[in-house]
Amino acid sequence: MPEAGTEIIRLDGAEKHFGAANIDIIRLDGAEKHFGAVRALAGVDFHVGAGECVGLVGHNGAGKSTLMHMVAGTLMPDSGRIAVRGHVEDNYSVPRAQQLGIRCVFQELSLCPNLSVAENTRINHTTLRGFGWRRKAADLIAAKLDEIFPGHSISASDIASDLSIGRRQMVEVARAFTVTQDPLELVILDEPTSSLDAHTAGQLLGFVRRFVAGGKSCILISHVLGEVLGNADRIVVMRDGNVVASDAAKAFDRDRLVTTMGGAEAREKIAAKIATQKPETGPLRVRARPARQEDGNELVAHAGEIIGLAGLAGHGQTDLLLAIFAAAARAKTGIEVTAPVALVAGDRQSDGIFPQWSIAQNIGIRSLKRLRNGLLISPQREAELATFWQRKIGIRTPDMNNNIFSLSGGNQQKVLFARALGSDAEIVLMDDPMRGVDIGTKLEVYDLLREEAGRGRTFLWYTTETEELDNCHNVYVFKNGRIVANLTRDELTEEKIIQSSFGDAA
Amino acid sequence: MTAAPAETGLKGSSERGRLARARLLRGLLPAMSLVLVLLAIAWLNPRAISYFGFSLMLNLAIPIALATIAQMFVIAGNELDLSIGTFVGFVGCVTATWLKDAPLVGALILLGSICVYALLGALIYLRNLPSIVVTLGMSFAWQGLAILILPKPGGKAPDWLLSLMAFKPPFIPFPIIAALLIAAVVHFGLMRTSYGVILRGSGGNAAALSRAGWSLLKTKVVLFALAGLFGVLSGMALIGITTSADANIGNGYTLLAIAGVILGGGEFVGGRVSPIGAVIGALTLALAASPLLTFMHIPPDWQVAANGAILIIVLAARVLISRRER
Repeated sequence: MPEAGTEIIRLDGAEKHFGAANIDIIRLDGAEKHFGAVRALAGVDFHVGAGECVGLVGHNGAGKSTLMHMVAGTLMPDSGRIAVRGHVEDNYSVPRAQQLGIRCVFQELSLCPNLSVAENTRINHTTLRGFGWRRKAADLIAAKLDEIFPGHSISASDIASDLSIGRRQMVEVARAFTVTQDPLELVILDEPTSSLDAHTAGQLLGFVRRFVAGGKSCILISHVLGEVLGNADRIVVMRDGNVVASDAAKAFDRDRLVTTMGGAEAREKIAAKIATQKPETGPLRVRARPARQEDGNELVAHAGEIIGLAGLAGHGQTDLLLAIFAAAARAKTGIEVTAPVALVAGDRQSDGIFPQWSIAQNIGIRSLKRLRNGLLISPQREAELATFWQRKIGIRTPDMNNNIFSLSGGNQQKVLFARALGSDAEIVLMDDPMRGVDIGTKLEVYDLLREEAGRGRTFLWYTTETEELDNCHNVYVFKNGRIVANLTRDELTEEKIIQSSFGDAA
Repeated sequence: MTAAPAETGLKGSSERGRLARARLLRGLLPAMSLVLVLLAIAWLNPRAISYFGFSLMLNLAIPIALATIAQMFVIAGNELDLSIGTFVGFVGCVTATWLKDAPLVGALILLGSICVYALLGALIYLRNLPSIVVTLGMSFAWQGLAILILPKPGGKAPDWLLSLMAFKPPFIPFPIIAALLIAAVVHFGLMRTSYGVILRGSGGNAAALSRAGWSLLKTKVVLFALAGLFGVLSGMALIGITTSADANIGNGYTLLAIAGVILGGGEFVGGRVSPIGAVIGALTLALAASPLLTFMHIPPDWQVAANGAILIIVLAARVLISRRER
């Protein structure tokens, strides 16, 4: 990143670099943020100049959203400094950001569904008050909608919940560009086109270009790489909470972007090991077609296979896992399951753990039938099961009768694996279970999974971490609730997965 | 983005037209149920449809309407107030004793109780407590205080309050004028003013509101303080009608108020409330409660049960109609 190096101008204390002050709308130096044990941002330097459209790309969890929350003032960095127009902001906050003309369109829709379009506009403008404010708010938003999306057919009196998701996104974008008292300098657009069709997306991007040409600034976050390449002046690539590249958009092409996002250095793969282990095709265990699948693609898993579910977060992987789980109990069209199923939940605090129970009880809950002695649960058998898995999976605790919360996060996750693996389930569904788990635990669990698969168990593994897919025999890539690619072990490369899940079909 | 089909403007607007009609239908539903109850009364006892009849039948509708409005403010912020009934009873006891004997002290107590409501809102927001638990606890506190003030039924309403509630305007009975006034004032305040938007928005999407820089603590405190204010008005109105108080006088109001809000088109979550609907809902319940049942010659022993049955029927009808919307 040749240019990035020369552009970094440190602001020391109250000292101001006036040259920089004229250029940069916002500058973050060494911004760091932790959420519990997870490091979301690892000392990031980031800046946006006036009249510049900065494209921000990276995987899920690369830290883009966290960084943008800091720019917008909704999150404070644990350490590091924020300067706006060269002036260090010690008490940066949402109202302060608004005073300074920094706005954000968040990824999650943030309209109030029970309010009208005009009323939603009022929420962002404290000065829309007093006599006639309704008229003023309606005129303001209608004019901006006309400007950005000509022919939009949205009325200011429409209730937000009556609008389609695309129209809601249009309102939200237009609202961010409305101006009353506070200035407007920088707008952050986080996935602004995700719910827009090609036509309105084009209108929006055209407007962004005009906006930037007028000397204002914009940060564009998008998973559609073509959009970023075609509209940003400079592209910043993030990975694992770091900025790994920052260069003029012209210096990037699609391939370089994908490589930078994914990590250029080739990781050593466990491929060979798996390839040798690749089982004879065993009996069919799962055959499932996502509810929204229109073509003939379906997920097929045999005994002894580890199947990966990849793609961007929230594109139907979890839904399919839950559908398979439900189909095991009650027949469902389009899904065939031939063996007992267990699920390892991704969100262990809300979906996995029984907080009041001991470690042993948390392991035994999936195997109650086997632990029963007459009408009661035999404490002895429960303890046996727990001790077996404590040794096998290495749960670090002096006493399995301790409360589950006495364990660290990684060990709690091991308990959930022990629950599934200790049961009679031949099919284990895993819903991104390694979130926030340290690398040591991960490696131990990977080994265990391969061992269990060697014994004929089937694993369906949804993960947002591309490296984990190296453990899989077969990977299905999801997009918009559909399977868009089926990659075998040999075809599996990170680029391929990214290409499929980002594919600008539009 | 390929998933979102490019919808034509025409299709989009006809879809919204349908939704707008459904919303209108739902908005008219409270009024229709009121008309239905009125028709039933007119059919059973035509003489009741008169100036005097309405004054008599709707006598208790004013305090119920005020209590319903109080509950509506709480529901607008996605909370529920289980203490409004005993609070009305407490206010009634204060009104019939302190407010008459020592007006200044009485007024201070009532003001203080509004402050307690505001503090409850702050507590619920700051400690992230379930409002049902907090207000259920408070319902016993209010009841206990009411019994301390007035261990046995008695007391007397202040004279000015008695003469206010006995006011007989020409042509239109006083309860109807009062209901119109309450509905208009609250509708303007909550639905038309710029801060009313923020209050309703806090029930619709609190996260969006705080991102836009609004204080959710303040909205919660304001909503609960308004609930307290209307609870006080309700208790005073009630004593103005009954002339004397009883510690248990308001106990039934908690559920009546919730039912009134829902009957009037409000929803428990999402900041969807309607002040006009809530007042109409309260009137419907007040009429359906005793006049209708008396005219139907239902013995008093069964009136409470019949009252519950009417509530179930009316609310079920509302749910059925709003389900058709989806």
